[in-house]
Order: sequence, then structure tokens, then C-alpha cells
Amino acid sequence: MADALISPAVGGAMWIATAGLAAYSAKKLRDNPDDGRVPLMGVLGAFVFAAQMINFSIPVTGSSGHLGGGMILAILLGPHAAFLTLASVLVVQALFFADGGLLALGCNIFNMGFYTCFFAYPFIYKKLVGDTPSRRTIFIAATLSSVLGLQLGAFSVVLQTLASGISELPFGTFVLLMQPIHLAIGIIEGLVTGAVVLFVWKARPEVLETAAGTPPAHAFSLKPVLAGLAAAAIITGGMLSWFASTYPDGLEWSIAKTSGSEELAAPEATVHSTLAFIQEKTAFLPDYGFKPGSREEPAESTAEASEPDTWPNLDAGTSVSGLIGGALTLLLAGVIGVLLRRSSAARR
Amino acid sequence: MPHSIDKNIADLVNASGEALGSSPIHKLDPRAKSIVVLLFVAAVTSFGKYEVSRLMPFVFYPVAITALSGVRAGTVVKRTLLAAPFILLVGLFNPLFDREPLLRIGSFVVTGGWLSFLSIMLRAFFAVSGAVLLVLTTRFDHLCLGLEKMGVPQVFVTQLQFLYRYIGLLAGEAQRMLRAHDLRSGKNDRKISLSTYAPMLGTMLLRALDRATRIHRSMLSRGFDGEVRLLQPLSFKSTTDGLFILVWGGFFLMCRFVNLPELLFFAVTGR
Repeated sequence: MADALISPAVGGAMWIATAGLAAYSAKKLRDNPDDGRVPLMGVLGAFVFAAQMINFSIPVTGSSGHLGGGMILAILLGPHAAFLTLASVLVVQALFFADGGLLALGCNIFNMGFYTCFFAYPFIYKKLVGDTPSRRTIFIAATLSSVLGLQLGAFSVVLQTLASGISELPFGTFVLLMQPIHLAIGIIEGLVTGAVVLFVWKARPEVLETAAGTPPAHAFSLKPVLAGLAAAAIITGGMLSWFASTYPDGLEWSIAKTSGSEELAAPEATVHSTLAFIQEKTAFLPDYGFKPGSREEPAESTAEASEPDTWPNLDAGTSVSGLIGGALTLLLAGVIGVLLRRSSAARR
Repeated sequence: MPHSIDKNIADLVNASGEALGSSPIHKLDPRAKSIVVLLFVAAVTSFGKYEVSRLMPFVFYPVAITALSGVRAGTVVKRTLLAAPFILLVGLFNPLFDREPLLRIGSFVVTGGWLSFLSIMLRAFFAVSGAVLLVLTTRFDHLCLGLEKMGVPQVFVTQLQFLYRYIGLLAGEAQRMLRAHDLRSGKNDRKISLSTYAPMLGTMLLRALDRATRIHRSMLSRGFDGEVRLLQPLSFKSTTDGLFILVWGGFFLMCRFVNLPELLFFAVTGR
């Protein structure tokens, strides 16, 4: 998920949901100050980075893979510490590696952290491995929980992209692209996680036991998970509807386009009047008009048919004045940049 | 992609060097810079999907910050372009799925897909450049302390600082292990079979855990109480830091609601 593909409403809503989860996890850790896992969070976050430097060859395919890290963090640290560690890894990636972006950070932490740490780990891994780990259960549990965590995360990416309405990918195509890719990644991730956990379990079982100092599986209830999902849904819905009625931007347009619903009738009135105003304003170069549909065939412009047709025109704003004006702006910015650099260099 | 992550980690270490500068931008309070970057990203991403020209004025922000901070423009551009492949991959679907012509210049027709593709690329570069400039002009420990002052839980801030310090250490360790593997395997191939991979990673993990435990104990014995402190506390000055937020916030609002490129076009052409 990247900044360029999401709207502020979706990004902001996911930020709030993620901040809530982080505050909840931090509180859980603070309530238990003697927790032996907290000092290990930093080094395990760094381990996730370092592990990505070492690739192994995937048999038959000729390609290679590496550890993603979410599941192994959950197994070693328990859900709360793992969520914060994964969040810190994603913050560093967003800041230093241009990976994702700041607005998309909330989405990324939620998609990769929430399902793995608060769903797949307690309800799949913990339940399957229980108190008596064995080679078989570790492998099966790690694979199943990695697959499930990644599938849910990938589906979230699709939903967030769709709600943002920036990408043109249709829902079905996007789902068909994302889910199988993440199924493959999940299986590999699960096998690798299982192999590393098994090695640690054989060499130093006490490491896993400290980690497993988390409450046993039955102590986890589904309530906080459902509450987290519900909160994310409510916040997203609330912010979407607020934005939808304030700014007639790409968001609604995509909602109208995918659902074909008339629910957004209210803002349409303002949309059309704004549109008329903008067309008036941009009519100074009639030869370089917008697409013919909206102007030359007014007969077809019933409210329903013209809605998707006229929408792009509003947002396009790409009359020639926009093109040339945009180029002039860039030029001006460059000149100002050079002047600023010279003056600040002179002062130093 | 072992090589790219190697490079990323090298970049991370270099960023800490750049961030030690002493320009007016470096001296600003990290909170002011963080807030302005968030406003910038929110403003850039808030436009409709076909918007291109009205995104242009936002280029003033990265240009001005680069110029005033003395950070090399090449560094900013290079790091910003790191994000390009993924964005290109997703953005390129737009011209495929959205073929409605939106704009004609003479006989040249631009479809909605290409406009939204261009818009996506611009958003991506602006948004990423904001984050890149933030870390190039702000020391990471200052940034973390700023986050803590803004209400981020302390345990998370401490975690960020430990993570940042451990990355270089463990990356070095991974590199040494890879070199050892390459020397012994007889082929200069970094692909490792799964049966070798698990013990390698497991060993690295156990060593890392031991190291962290030792470091934590020695920190505790020197009085560490879970909080990383700075010698010089942060101070938010309303004259400089407040002004920085106000000026840029105002500029972003103006760019969002006033069509500057069009005004500039009218001013230049006299229409």
C-alpha cells in the first residue's frame, strides 16, 4: 500500500485504528513491567531486516524467497510486543526506504500487524501448537497462520485501495491478482517460519518458553479482535461519509462507479453547479475542449448517464491553462529553489 | 533482493550523517517538521484522481526544503525514486482500464487513465520526498523524542530507537554470515537451500537475542529505566517553529483551494 493510491479519508481512518491498537499494545506491555520480552523487541525488529538480506532458493521454481517476519515476531514476542515491533519496522521502512509512505503507514501496520498478531497467532498458531509443540504442529500451525494472516492483509489492501478510488483496478481483477500471490507468499513464509522456529526450539527451547509466557490460548477472547475490526469499520465509514459530502473528489466518484447507487444524490447538485462554473471558467479555449460526450451530446445528459461522464471533467481541470500553468509553476519552483540555495549558502 | 536491502541499510546509515547538519531546517523542532510533512502528504493526496496541474505547486515544498537545508538534491531525488517500481506497477493499470478520452490538444487525445497515472506518480514522488527530507534533516533520536512529546507511547518510541541502532549491527552480522557461506559453498551464489537457511537464520536469531540480553543487562546496571534521553531537551519556539507550521500550512491550504497554475497562466498570458 502506498500514499499515492489512498485518499486521506482512508489513510486517516486506518491511522486512527492503528494508533488505537498501538496504544492498547503499549498499555498491555506497561502493565507488565517485568516482561522479559520488551528488551528483545529492538533486536528482533532489526533481525527482521537482517533476515531479508539472506535469501534461500525455492525448489523447482528457480526463484528465491526470504522471511517476511510478522509471524516469527508474534511467536517469539507474543501479540502485543510483536505488533509494536512490526509497527516500528514499518515506520523505519516508510521513513528511510521510501517504502509505503506516511499516510499509508496506518494501513500498512494494520494490514500486516493486526491480522498476524491479533488473529492468526492467538487463534490459529496458539490453538494448534498448544503447550506441547512438536515438529509437525509447529510446521502446520506456522504455515496455516502465515497464509491466513497474509490473505486477510491482502484483502484489506484491496478494500482500502477500492475505497480510495485512485487506482482503476476493478475489484475482481485486484482480488484475483492479490490473493493467489499472497497464498504463495504465505506458504513460503509459513515454511520458513516453521523451519526457524523448529531450529530455535531444538537448540534452545527456553527461548520459546519465555516467549510463550504469554497467557495460554484459551485466555484470548475474540472480543478485542472484533472490537478492533468494528472500530476500524466505523471510523472508516464515518470518515468516508464525511469526506464524501464535503469534497466531491475521486472518492465518491469511485463509489458511484462501483456501486452504481444513487445514495450520493445530495452532493450531485453542488457537483453540477461547480462543474458548470468550471466549464464556464475554462471555456476561454474552446478548441481544446474536454471530451465531446459532455458537450456535444447534451441530449443524453440525464442525471444518471451524465454523472460518470461529467465527473472526470471536473477533476481533470487539465485545460491547456492547467498544462502550461503547471509547467510554469515547476519552472518557478526551480528558480526559487536555486535562489534559496544560493542565499542560504551565502549566509553560511 | 539481497543487494537492494544492503543498499537500503547503507542509505540508512548515511542518512544519520546528513541529519547532523546545522542548517535552519535542521535546527527546527522535530515536531514542527513532522506536522508540516503530515499536512503536506494529506494535502497532496486529497485531490481527485485526475488532478495533475494543481499538484504542481506542491513541488515548492521539497524544492524549498532541499535548498534551505543544504541536502544534496541528487540524494533526495535518488531516495525518492526508490519508491518508483511499485508505484509504476500499480499505476500502469490505470491507462489499461480507463480509456475514456478526457482531453484533446489538436489531434492528440489524452485518456483518463493516463491522466490518473500521471497524477499517481506525482502524488507518490511528492509524498515520498516529504518523508525523505524529514529524515535527511532530522536526527533520528530527535525525531523520536518529538514523537514522544506528541503523545506516541514511550515504549514504542524506545523501540524505534533500539531498532534503529540494532539494524546496522545485525546487517553487518548477516553480511559476515553470507560471506562465510559464499566462501565455503564454492559458488558465488547467495541462494541458499532451505536446509541450510533455517540453521543460519536460527543461529543469527539466537546470537541476536543473547546480544540484546547482554546489552540490556549492562544498560540496566548503568541506570537505564526504559527511557532514552537527550542531552539537550527539545524546545518548541513559536517564533521559528510555529511560524514554520503556519507558513507551510497556509501555503498547502492555498494550493488546495486556489488554482495557482491557472492564475499563473492568466498572469503570464494576460488573458
